[in-house]
Amino acid sequence: MRQGVPAVVNYFDMHGVEEALRIKDKYGARVTVLTMGPPSADKALKQCISMGADEGVLVSDRAFAGADTLATSYVLATAIYKAADTWGPVDIIFAGKQTSDGDTGQVGPGIACRIDYEQLTYVQKVEDLNPETGELTVHRHLEDGVERVKTKTPVLITVVTELNVPRRASLPGMLRAARYTPIVWTTNDFEDLDRSKIGLHGSPTIVSKTWVPEPKHVETEMLSGSAQEMSSAVIDRLFASELKQSLNWA
Amino acid sequence: MAEERRRKMIGLQPEGEIDWSEYKGIMVVVEQRAGQAKPVSWQLLGEAKRLAQKLDAPLMALVMGEGVRDIADEAIGYGADIVYLSDAPELRDYRTRPYSRVCLKVIRTYKPEIVLMGATYTGRDLAGAIATHLPTGLTADSTQLDVDDERLLLASRPAFSEKMLATILCKQFKPQMATVRAGVFQALPFDSARAGEVVEVSEDMREGDIVTKVLEFIQDTNRVNLEDAQVIVAGGRGVGGPDGFKLLEELARTLGGTVAASRAATDLGWMDHAYQVGQTGTTVRPKLYFAIGISGAVQHVVGMQNSDYIIAVNKDANAPIFQIANYGIVGDLFEVVPLLTRAFQERLTPVVTR
Ligand SMILES: Cc1cc2nc3c(=O)[nH]c(=O)nc-3n(C[C@H](O)[C@H](O)[C@H](O)COP(=O)(O)OP(=O)(O)OC[C@H]3O[C@@H](n4cnc5c(N)ncnc54)[C@H](O)[C@@H]3O)c2cc1C
Repeated sequence: MRQGVPAVVNYFDMHGVEEALRIKDKYGARVTVLTMGPPSADKALKQCISMGADEGVLVSDRAFAGADTLATSYVLATAIYKAADTWGPVDIIFAGKQTSDGDTGQVGPGIACRIDYEQLTYVQKVEDLNPETGELTVHRHLEDGVERVKTKTPVLITVVTELNVPRRASLPGMLRAARYTPIVWTTNDFEDLDRSKIGLHGSPTIVSKTWVPEPKHVETEMLSGSAQEMSSAVIDRLFASELKQSLNWA
Repeated sequence: MAEERRRKMIGLQPEGEIDWSEYKGIMVVVEQRAGQAKPVSWQLLGEAKRLAQKLDAPLMALVMGEGVRDIADEAIGYGADIVYLSDAPELRDYRTRPYSRVCLKVIRTYKPEIVLMGATYTGRDLAGAIATHLPTGLTADSTQLDVDDERLLLASRPAFSEKMLATILCKQFKPQMATVRAGVFQALPFDSARAGEVVEVSEDMREGDIVTKVLEFIQDTNRVNLEDAQVIVAGGRGVGGPDGFKLLEELARTLGGTVAASRAATDLGWMDHAYQVGQTGTTVRPKLYFAIGISGAVQHVVGMQNSDYIIAVNKDANAPIFQIANYGIVGDLFEVVPLLTRAFQERLTPVVTR
């Protein structure tokens, strides 16, 4: 690996993978795709290989099941350190949404915090990257506009779909993917993993119950008559309500 | 460097039993940009007030920024008993590290048993970092909150293909944390006479030590803001295409409102995803909501059922949307919507006497 060139680890997200591959194309980088999930997730990893990723790692073990954000970020942070030991320093992590139910984009910040990386969430564009200094400028997508932010590697970036259009697999990529077997890391592959902090057992949040919410009870008035009559009737009722005042219908 | 990094693992849970009895009260982290608080912060204070009364505990707010003293006073008007105010140039723009530092310091010093933030981009960014640092459990994207006799926070959020709600607890650690969707709860009426205390909190920070810099913020004035809309005219698959939405836009314009859409309509590309109301879109709470050509699937309904008045227009008298509407019109929307628009126009535009 050339000095000063970022290695990129991702836990599965195609837009993140694409952005990592663009950095690889431009500056040279090793792109490692890391995902935590069931054995069936190796399909997605093979797809990343066909696009041009160097390695695909599946972090998979029954012991990880039932993990909440805290336990998940612990395992992934541990895996990222192992990736760094295996392939060299990890400068940029692109994190997408996790595939599992209930993920709400909190795992990315959790990982960044655990391993003490800078954290940039909801990135829609990587404007500039200097592989020598590690400085980069990105655009963050917020509710009311776009924020341009500058930071320095090591950094964890969570992405939004506007970031890019993921590429299709190349023919050599597909050939490589067909022969490629993703690396699997289980609890046994992590020396310092504290087993009390993983999976359901290591998750401080617990689901106490699930239920189907009762529909709100409303007295519905169905109007009758012609379309004209129904429309006027509705408007009469609205004008007779407190809306007249609260919406300034003078 | 690599060696050092490898060993660092923040947020490891402490071993053994911890005495959490000092943790008391609810803290709402107020979000602001350029000295303007986000409405979700006041909505959260409104709901948190109810919980604080149930717990017989103080309601705290944390205000961070530069030149945000006014927001601290505003927080009292919206229900906070105590406001922790951290006003510093390093906090002018939101950045994860300086904001986390202040937030962690306040939480560790004043020990709230519950910490709530808006499930906004910024709120999620900060909550994820804080919960890991402490560490504690975080329930993201909650849509219902309560507390039980054991002072546990019952935070409920959509789960399992979104048709169900799951109530999530954190028994092990304090504070119990949740992010909450905007538009779900209602703010208390602002009361400038309400008394409260502002406590200034300072944290020794140097700009030179902060790696991340915000270069600029480009406001998007075209960005749809459904959360704050008073009147929403929403259309679904029944609207038939972008042309149909023009009819809805006219009604919305007449009422000074905004259009919105069901997921069927956004998936079909008739409207941008930003306009989608519902579980995977925006939760809205307008004074008046029109559901036009929308069947009323549960994933749509959860995003709009708290509207003050719901008017449904649908040609199918059995459409579930009628079960939650205040007024129902069974008819063809292409006929009904222009009639509604015209009738509103007649009543709202001043009558010119001849
Ligand atoms: C995980 C998940 C998340 C989801 N999230 C969301 C979400 O956030 N928001 C959301 O909206 N949906 C969501 N959905 C989809 C939801 O289940 C429904 O499929 C969707 O809301 C249906 O949209 P619709 O009511 O516009 O379309 P339809 O259900 O097809 O209803 C169209 C309605 O228009 C009426 N109609 C047709 N022509 C006319 C006419 N000329 N005049 C009057 N009425 C007419 C029909 O009678 C019908 O009732 C989600 C689904 C899943 C599984």
